[in-house]
Amino acid sequence: MAEYKGVMILGEAKEGKLATIATELLSGGRKLADDLGQELSALLIGSGISGLAKEAIAFGADKAYVVDDPLLQDYQTDSFVFVTEKVVKQVMPQILLLGQTSIGRDLAPRLAFRLNTAASLGCLELAIDPQSKLLLQTKPVYGGNAQAVFTCPSFPQIATVRAKAMTPLEPDQSRKGEVITVDAALDPSAIRTKVLEKVAEKVEGIKLEDAGVVVSGGRGIGSAEGFKQLEELAKVLKGAVGATRPPCDNGWMPAGAQIGLTGKIVAPDLYIAVALSGSSQHMSGCSGSKTIVAINKDPEANIFREARFGIVGDWKKTLPAFTDKLKELLAQ
Amino acid sequence: MNMIVCIKQVIDPEAPPSSFKIDPSANKVVPPQGVSPVIDPYAEYGVEAALKIKDAKGGKITAISLGTNQSRDIVKKPLAMGADELVLLEDEAFDGGDSYSTAYALAMAIKKIGEYDIIFCGREASDWNAGQVGSGISEILGLPGVTLARKIDITDGKARVERVTDEGYEVIEVSLPCLITVSNEIGEPRYPTIKGIMAAKKKEPIIWKPADIGVEASKIGAAGRHTKLLKLFQPVRGGKCEIIEGESPEEAAANLALKLREDKVL
Repeated sequence: MAEYKGVMILGEAKEGKLATIATELLSGGRKLADDLGQELSALLIGSGISGLAKEAIAFGADKAYVVDDPLLQDYQTDSFVFVTEKVVKQVMPQILLLGQTSIGRDLAPRLAFRLNTAASLGCLELAIDPQSKLLLQTKPVYGGNAQAVFTCPSFPQIATVRAKAMTPLEPDQSRKGEVITVDAALDPSAIRTKVLEKVAEKVEGIKLEDAGVVVSGGRGIGSAEGFKQLEELAKVLKGAVGATRPPCDNGWMPAGAQIGLTGKIVAPDLYIAVALSGSSQHMSGCSGSKTIVAINKDPEANIFREARFGIVGDWKKTLPAFTDKLKELLAQ
Repeated sequence: MNMIVCIKQVIDPEAPPSSFKIDPSANKVVPPQGVSPVIDPYAEYGVEAALKIKDAKGGKITAISLGTNQSRDIVKKPLAMGADELVLLEDEAFDGGDSYSTAYALAMAIKKIGEYDIIFCGREASDWNAGQVGSGISEILGLPGVTLARKIDITDGKARVERVTDEGYEVIEVSLPCLITVSNEIGEPRYPTIKGIMAAKKKEPIIWKPADIGVEASKIGAAGRHTKLLKLFQPVRGGKCEIIEGESPEEAAANLALKLREDKVL
C-alpha cells in the first residue's frame, strides 16, 4: 500500500493573486514539512489560476498541483470536494491545511467525512508531536474560554487555520519547484448547487483586518451615536472601528464590525478597547494585537488583564480628551 | 415542508468567564455551579430559520437532541418557540463522542424520522466550536448542503440561501432535500410565547436508544471518535497593565496619549 507523505495546503486565490491566508498556510506548512523531513505542496483550484503556482513556490511550496477548469470559477461544495478528494487520493499527503475561511470551513469537514478521517477547524497552532509524529492541532473551544489540543490518528490529518495565526515567509522568486497539472474531470450534473449571485459588501475607509490601529467598543458605548466618537479617534489614527457582539446585536454597529470568535480576527499594532469587558469570546478575535489599550470604568474588568496600558474611568470623559491630545501630538 | 433541527444542551456561553473551570486531569469542563445550561445559541438560530419557513409556508418541525442529563425544561425550548416534535437521543452510549460519532448518530435518527425537506444545524456549537456536525450529516445522508446561511427562501421546491462569505454573501440555489447550517446573521431567535410554553409542557419528547436507530456500537459515543483530545487548558494571560492616572479624567486621557507617543506605540 502506498504511504501517506508530505504536507499539502489549499491555496485560495483573491483578485488573481494568492490570498494572504494561503501565504500564511505556506509558512506554517513549510515548518511542519521541514520537521517531518517531507515535501510541502500547494493545491490550487479555480479557473484561470495557473499563474498562482509560481507564487506558491516563491512562498515556500516544493510542488504546486493546479486544477484549472471553468467549472471551478466559483467555490461550490460538490465540485471542490470532488477535486480535492481526487488530488488527495493521488498525492496522499499526511497533512492537509486549509484557511478558516468561508471556503475552508465548508470544505474541510465535508472532505474529512468523505475520506473517513477527521478535521480540526479554526486552529491557532500546529506542531508535530516528536514521539508520534502526528499533527498537534491547538484550537480555541468553549468560545475562547479554553484551548484544546487534538490529534487525529487517520490520514490525511486535516486542519483549518485562523487568519494571522501564522506569519508568511518573504517570497523568494528564485525558488524552484515543480508544477503539476491535474485534470478536474468534473461531471457538471454532480454539482447540486448553483451560485446565483456573489455580493461583496463595501466597507468605508480601511478594512478592519488590514488596519494598523483598531478602536473597538463594547456594550458600554450604549448607542450608535456613541460609536461616532470611536470613529473620530479611528480617523485621527488612520484606523478602523470594531465592536464586541452586543453593539452588533443591538444594531449600533453592522455585523461585519464584530471582532471575536464569532466575528472577525484582527491583529493590529494598536488595539484600543473602549467600554468593553474583554470576554474570552471577544479576546480570541484580538489577542494577537501588539499593544492593547483599555478604557473602562470597572477596574476589575478582564480587559485590564489583557491590556498594556489602561485608564479606569468613564469613556465619555476620557475619549474626547484622548482624541484631542493625539490630534495635537500627531500634528507636531 | 418537513423540517428537522439539530439542537444541543450546552453550558451557558454567556456565563461570566470567571465561572469557567476545567478539570485538567480529566480533560473536562466542570459545569459551573448555579448557572443553568441552555440550548446552544447557534442551534437556536437553526430553530429560528425553520420557524421563519413554517411561518411563510407552513410545515412541521422536529427538533432532535443528543446527550445525557438533558434537562426537559431546557431541551423543550424549541417546542415552546413553535416546533412540533422533540426527539431525544438519550443514552450513556452516546456520551464522549466527537463530531464524527455525533453526526453519525444524528444521521441515523434522521433516517428513522424518514420524511424531511430541510435539515437545519447551527454553524457550530458554542461548547466545542467544532463546526462539523452539519457537514457530516449531509455527507452521511448523501445530501447537498449549504453552510453559514443568513437568509433562506423557498421557491418552486428549491431553497435560495444567502451564505455568509469573507467578502459579503453569495446566493446559492439548492434542490431539496438538503442540509443547511445557520449563522448568527439570520437574526435573533424569537422568545417562546406563554401559549408555546404551555403546549411544550404537555408535549412528551420521543426517546430513542441506540437500538432504536440501528447504530453500530463501535461508531457512536467515545468509541466512534475520529479525534483524540490530548489536552484541554485555559490559556494563561500574564499581561501587566500600567494604569495611567491624572487629576481629572481628561488629564489621564492626555497622559495616556503622551505615554503612547513616548513608548513609540504611535
